[in-house]
Amino acid sequence: MTTGVGSTEPEKSGGADLRGAGAGSWEPVIGLEIHVQLKTETKMFCRCRNGFGGEPNSQTCPVCLAFPGALPVPNRRAIEETIKLGLALDCTIAERAVFHRKNYFYPDNPKAYQISQYDEPLCARGHLDVPTEHGVTRIGITRAHLEEDAAKNVHVAASGRIHGATATLVDFNRCGTPLVEIVTEPDIHDAETAKRFLQLLRQTVVELELSDAELEHGSMRFDVNVSVRPAGSDELRTRTELKNMNSFSFAAKGIEREIARQIRIYEDGGVVEQETLHFDPAHEESPPLRSKEEAQDYRYFPEPDLVPVEPGKDLVDRLRATLQVLPGARITRIAETLSFYDADVLVTGGLDRLWTSLVDAGADPKEAANVLANQFVAAGIDPGTVDAGELAKLVSARAEIPRAAFDEALAKVGERGFSADPYLEQKVVADTAELDPIIQRIIDANPAQAEQYRSGKEGLLGFFVGRVMKETGGSADPRVVNERVRALL
Amino acid sequence: MTVDTLRLSAEEANGLLTRREASSDEIYRAYLDAIGERDPELHAFLYVCENDPGEGIPIAVKDVIGTRGIPTTAGSKILESYIPVYDSTVIANCRERGLRVIGKTNTDEFAMGSSTENSAFGPSHNPWDPSRVPGGSGGGSAAAVSAGLAPWALGSDTGGSIKQPAALCGHVGLRPTYGTVSRYGVVAFASSLDQVGPVARNVRDCAFLYSVISGRDENDSTTVDVPAVELPTAEDLKGLRIGVPKEMNGAAGIEGGVTAAVQSALELAESLGASVEECSLPRSVDYGVACYYLVAPAEASANLARYDGVRYGLRDDGADFREMVMKTRDAGLGDEPKRRIMIGAYALSAGYYDAYYGTAQKVRTVIKREHDALFERFDVLVSPTSPTVAFPIGAKIDDPVAMYMNDVLTIPSCMAGLPGLNIPCGLSEGLPVGLQLIGPQFGENTIFRAAHALEQAIGFDVVPERLR
Amino acid sequence: MARITRDEVLHVARLARIELSDDEVAKFQEQLANILEAVSKVSELDLSDVPPTAHPLEIANAWAEDVPRDCLPLDEVFANAPDRDGDYFRTPPA
Repeated sequence: MTTGVGSTEPEKSGGADLRGAGAGSWEPVIGLEIHVQLKTETKMFCRCRNGFGGEPNSQTCPVCLAFPGALPVPNRRAIEETIKLGLALDCTIAERAVFHRKNYFYPDNPKAYQISQYDEPLCARGHLDVPTEHGVTRIGITRAHLEEDAAKNVHVAASGRIHGATATLVDFNRCGTPLVEIVTEPDIHDAETAKRFLQLLRQTVVELELSDAELEHGSMRFDVNVSVRPAGSDELRTRTELKNMNSFSFAAKGIEREIARQIRIYEDGGVVEQETLHFDPAHEESPPLRSKEEAQDYRYFPEPDLVPVEPGKDLVDRLRATLQVLPGARITRIAETLSFYDADVLVTGGLDRLWTSLVDAGADPKEAANVLANQFVAAGIDPGTVDAGELAKLVSARAEIPRAAFDEALAKVGERGFSADPYLEQKVVADTAELDPIIQRIIDANPAQAEQYRSGKEGLLGFFVGRVMKETGGSADPRVVNERVRALL
Repeated sequence: MTVDTLRLSAEEANGLLTRREASSDEIYRAYLDAIGERDPELHAFLYVCENDPGEGIPIAVKDVIGTRGIPTTAGSKILESYIPVYDSTVIANCRERGLRVIGKTNTDEFAMGSSTENSAFGPSHNPWDPSRVPGGSGGGSAAAVSAGLAPWALGSDTGGSIKQPAALCGHVGLRPTYGTVSRYGVVAFASSLDQVGPVARNVRDCAFLYSVISGRDENDSTTVDVPAVELPTAEDLKGLRIGVPKEMNGAAGIEGGVTAAVQSALELAESLGASVEECSLPRSVDYGVACYYLVAPAEASANLARYDGVRYGLRDDGADFREMVMKTRDAGLGDEPKRRIMIGAYALSAGYYDAYYGTAQKVRTVIKREHDALFERFDVLVSPTSPTVAFPIGAKIDDPVAMYMNDVLTIPSCMAGLPGLNIPCGLSEGLPVGLQLIGPQFGENTIFRAAHALEQAIGFDVVPERLR
Repeated sequence: MARITRDEVLHVARLARIELSDDEVAKFQEQLANILEAVSKVSELDLSDVPPTAHPLEIANAWAEDVPRDCLPLDEVFANAPDRDGDYFRTPPA
């Protein structure tokens, strides 16, 4: 069957709203499988440089090209970072972990086996507490293990042929990039929580400096397993797998549609079939499998070219000691001061440390959060470069200085030696005696627009306000201008 | 001066160099001449290097060992045109000592076989009787060293591929302790079993070459540091405790002439001061071959999967990737790799893993424990290396299982990761009989000492009678 | 006698990506059955308390530091390539 969940297809009516009639009788069951590329200097099993970009096949060697006789040598840092992530997810770190070979043929898999982990992963049985408006939802982590990424296939079509690719081109630069696979328990029961989990996990790996975790570059990728069951039941019904989704919001929508689709099938007396729904064919990566048999027969066995990893207590303790307060906990803490929504935005946006500094420097918490979440993010400034004391002064003076001065100051707040003082000296013009003549002059100069406004086209208010702000070089108080334009018209 | 390639040991050849009695080039050319003269009959070499750089003496190299700029086919059509762009670690080690690769020697395809008859490029022949096999898989290196086409050689051993050909061609070969010699750059057959080792005309050469190639390699995660190698000088065996596993001596399938030659060598050992005592490896011998022919094919099924026609090697046509790969592998791989790949895939596949591969791994534990227990009482174990002397070409080629039984005596210690060395100990029906000394893990020095003393006492002439 | 069916032979050949002619299927079916019969001997032992050995060496934590080394130059990357297209390896469509 076709997917019926393509991004451009309109939602079918009555589908996604679980609170609609009769919908209370179904409970969605959602599990996630996330892949995160580690940003180590070198690849997982060879010392080729690990990194995005580079001419095709320029970052390769006998090991990642699987030349005869080449052997893998694990990257110590990749192992340590996986353990660190495992600790951040409250996993048990294995006393003994083993790499396995997962066998399948595909052009991007040069050994025809991927070195992965199977029944003895580095990290298992953890959880991530996801703060929500209604408290904390605990999502179980089944396992987090280390493996190697595949190469990149480019499917090309020759001229004159329309259907299907005529060749596959392979670039092995990405082949062997360290990849952590995180698998959750099927503990998630709605799309919003799935989205929050993914955002929080992303922020966690970014803060641990393990990965850039950028969806658009594929340094973070995820698959979603979705099934539904009658509410109150603990059965696990047939699930479908949603693959290749390239944003968290898109994932949430896709999950909602899929939940609705399955409910519809059951309510129509049908049966959900196990299948994989590919959302973004451009990001297609897994090999198409000719038969179910082959799909399930990866013939895992212990990788005999490698010896076990035995992290030991000293190493684990040393890594544990490097962990800071994790984002989930910080959201919960900040939500005591701000709304949950603001806390979530600050933390998952990587802004909460700066926010704390601003508040410590005397800025109003809510005002500081607003500035950070809006103007600061729009200005694209790296929070790490900011002098919090100077930014706090700006935040506190926002209402008193001209908008233009505030915007200009904010754009420069990341520069070395930035001082807010010159901007604070500019005062906003709110004096009607000073503003009224300017406003009147502009009304007089635009009689047609004034007439239209008076005959009911209120949208033209902005036209006049904009002219006044321009005339005053942005120093006028917009609220006062608004008020006076209305009055004078 | 003339270089007597038939008689020279590596140590003696090197002596000519250091005493400036012959130049490196003169020695190298002498062996090239020997190859030109005697190899057409033996087919020991798949490729001969006209002038490999270096200042030292030549070495022949089994064609599974990767050599930069020199074809490395592993005896397979699928790699017929393959020329590595990097040296294996063992070759880099040899080059550091000035050794010059004189050529690449024949092997059963991917080192899978016991006769070289599985080579895609035709079998090698035994220098003692060219109608017979030289053993395998390293039959090419064995024939080359036996016939004086190289003073020494590198082989590789997974279940007996160094020791068994050394036995059948009448010289010395060591399969080192697993993990002491790097596998980096060596075409893989079964990763948990493959070991590169020296093939030589005497024990001292063997020990010296082992010292050149052994040691921890940062490119092979399964290597370890190795105790300093002692070149053996001892002429007696005082204090040496020899265990003689009864299942490996006089068991069914072992030829009478083989048993007799080993028996007289054991009597000689006693006269040199060793204690000789019967012992038992009941399950290792009985179950070793079965265990091996599950573990090795399982690993091979994955190791040989990289030959897909994408990055190197043979490429056949196909409408899509899958068809291209299937046709390439059908055309490029011979029957023996195909059999082992399929057995391996079967043993690992869903539903069969526990019964086959999983069980074999447990049997491997049993084999290892049996050996470990014996080495609490003995310094070395002794048995015939091969149950038979060299057999006629073609005699076993249609019966894979019969062929596998050639390795019944060499396989158990390989499964346990232990070192084993073959020395010639006499003749039966005019053909060499090999004696196997098995040592504990990292026990190479003990083996060298014992083998050297025995070798001196036995006085076997390694030059094949028909070439003298 | 250990059995391997014709379908099982075809299945493992497919898994291993080896195309077999009808004659080959018949030949390998017989040979694989003989081999399987021989190796099935491992099941005779009582192994209930025996752990598996994946590797003869009892070592752990063999790894390398995260320090880059030179990659191969492109002429060596493609030195043995059957089908090079620009700086890519080319295969029939996957």
